[in-house]
Amino acid sequence: MTKKQYPFYFVLGALALYLLLFVIPGVMGVYYSFTDWSSYSNDIHFIGLDNFKTIFSSGENYLSYIKNTIGFTIVTSILKTVLGIAFALLLSEGIKGKNFHRAVIFMPAILSMLITGLVFKSILNPSTGLLNETLTKVGLGSLAQQWLTNVKIAFYTIMAVDTWKGMGYIMTIIMAGLQSIPRSYYEAADIDGSNSFEKFRFITLPLLMPSITVTTVLNLIYGLKVFDVVYALTNGGPGYATEVLYTSVFKEFSLGRYGIGTALSSILLLFVVIVGFFAIKLLSREDVEL
Amino acid sequence: MKKGTKLSKNLIKNLVIWIVDLIILIPLILVLINSLKDKYQSSSMGMDLPTQLHFENFTTVIAQGKLFRSFLNSMLYAGSSVVFGVILASMAAYVLSRNKSKFNKFIYFFIVLGIASPINYVSLTKIMQITHLMNKPIGICLLYTAMQIPFSVFLIYGFISTVPKDLDEAGIIDGCSPLRLFFSIVFPLLTPVAVTVGLLNFMGSWNDFVTPLYYLNSAKNWPMTLAVYNFFGQYQMEWNLVSADIILTSLPVIIIYIIGQKYIISGMTSGSVKG
Repeated sequence: MTKKQYPFYFVLGALALYLLLFVIPGVMGVYYSFTDWSSYSNDIHFIGLDNFKTIFSSGENYLSYIKNTIGFTIVTSILKTVLGIAFALLLSEGIKGKNFHRAVIFMPAILSMLITGLVFKSILNPSTGLLNETLTKVGLGSLAQQWLTNVKIAFYTIMAVDTWKGMGYIMTIIMAGLQSIPRSYYEAADIDGSNSFEKFRFITLPLLMPSITVTTVLNLIYGLKVFDVVYALTNGGPGYATEVLYTSVFKEFSLGRYGIGTALSSILLLFVVIVGFFAIKLLSREDVEL
Repeated sequence: MKKGTKLSKNLIKNLVIWIVDLIILIPLILVLINSLKDKYQSSSMGMDLPTQLHFENFTTVIAQGKLFRSFLNSMLYAGSSVVFGVILASMAAYVLSRNKSKFNKFIYFFIVLGIASPINYVSLTKIMQITHLMNKPIGICLLYTAMQIPFSVFLIYGFISTVPKDLDEAGIIDGCSPLRLFFSIVFPLLTPVAVTVGLLNFMGSWNDFVTPLYYLNSAKNWPMTLAVYNFFGQYQMEWNLVSADIILTSLPVIIIYIIGQKYIISGMTSGSVKG
């Protein structure tokens, strides 16, 4: 009866598109990682682990791209989580026009990163940009930097812009989590004479853990797959200082070196699978505890 | 005494949050101000107010940047993929949620995995070539539809359990075919979640530029975001025009955000909190 009432052909349209344009390329990509596929020749040969040997050899820059990707992921995840929690707490009481503030802080999340990147490129311009100009005007000229062209600073600048764009989303999820904490817990703590730090440490933080787990998973997956912000701000430069996995995949693709490109993409897939595996474990454990 | 400290504490809180707002808003205000300046005043891209309002920047940009064409492209890509995506995803989610056989549970899990998985753009090229979708607008529409499916199925699946099953049975007794039952009875009840999914996907597709970067070589098919980037390459010295272009490109998304804020925020958070 249910079979007739809920026929499987309802699923087929979505499933077919998903398989054809998402899953099959992913699986094929893993296979092509072991080949010398390129735009220079029509033949594709199986070459075993050669692409991975190239990627992990010390003579090439690929290892630093992997390191950059992981560094970006960790730093932005921490920044967004800390700021997200801080702003969510700030908005939780004693603020007028809470929804207005939330809407403002969330807003960058809906804008195109390519366009946001253009605007920040202008703001961060060392000679004419708003940031250095303002710093000079208020007497902090010594802090003015070559934000996007200094090898030592560029990557941190990218992380900061990404945090500017993404923290509102994380804040919004944390705010939803805060709302689910019963007021009575805080009242009980008040009676016991707890101070605000104790209330945060022993009530808010533990009860926020499920939300923080979710935002961490989102941040990690986003960070590993980052492309837009790097492409828009530095395109991997100066030199290779800010190159990450997904931007290097695009570069290999443009150069016609598809084999290395898919191999890099497969490494990315592996990272995401690892994060996903721990995420599922963590999230299901959380369910049992609650 | 205690009341006094609380009051000053709230004052500091409000001050801090307004500073945060300002940090968020300054880049946006900067673009708005500079879109109304002339070429020379906008060259430094500063916060000084325009000496004269140059609304003609917007018409200039529409003509020179061929904005109308890229606007139609973006509408086509984002619009068609949202319509297809919502219909296909809700049909799939409906059957997967109503008939929870072992096989269907597996299919649901398999589809939802796609939310996190990275796309292998390089090997996708091969598929695009084999299916003759490379460098064609329809290829972009189908790609966007496919990319939306995992998250859409996930959100709609969660919502379908709130639609009473009795309705399905009543429809069957009346002799409705499954398709008719779904589209005339169930789908209208999915409106809230369909709107949420539609808005999120529309904004996602509108803002995306990676897919056309890989799979569209001809500028006449480019969506607005990519067209802005190209325009910036040509008119780097004219920030007034670039700013006007940025505003026109972001406007549809900002309007949708302001109107549909409730749906967007609830969709983006409920999806992740329940996740």
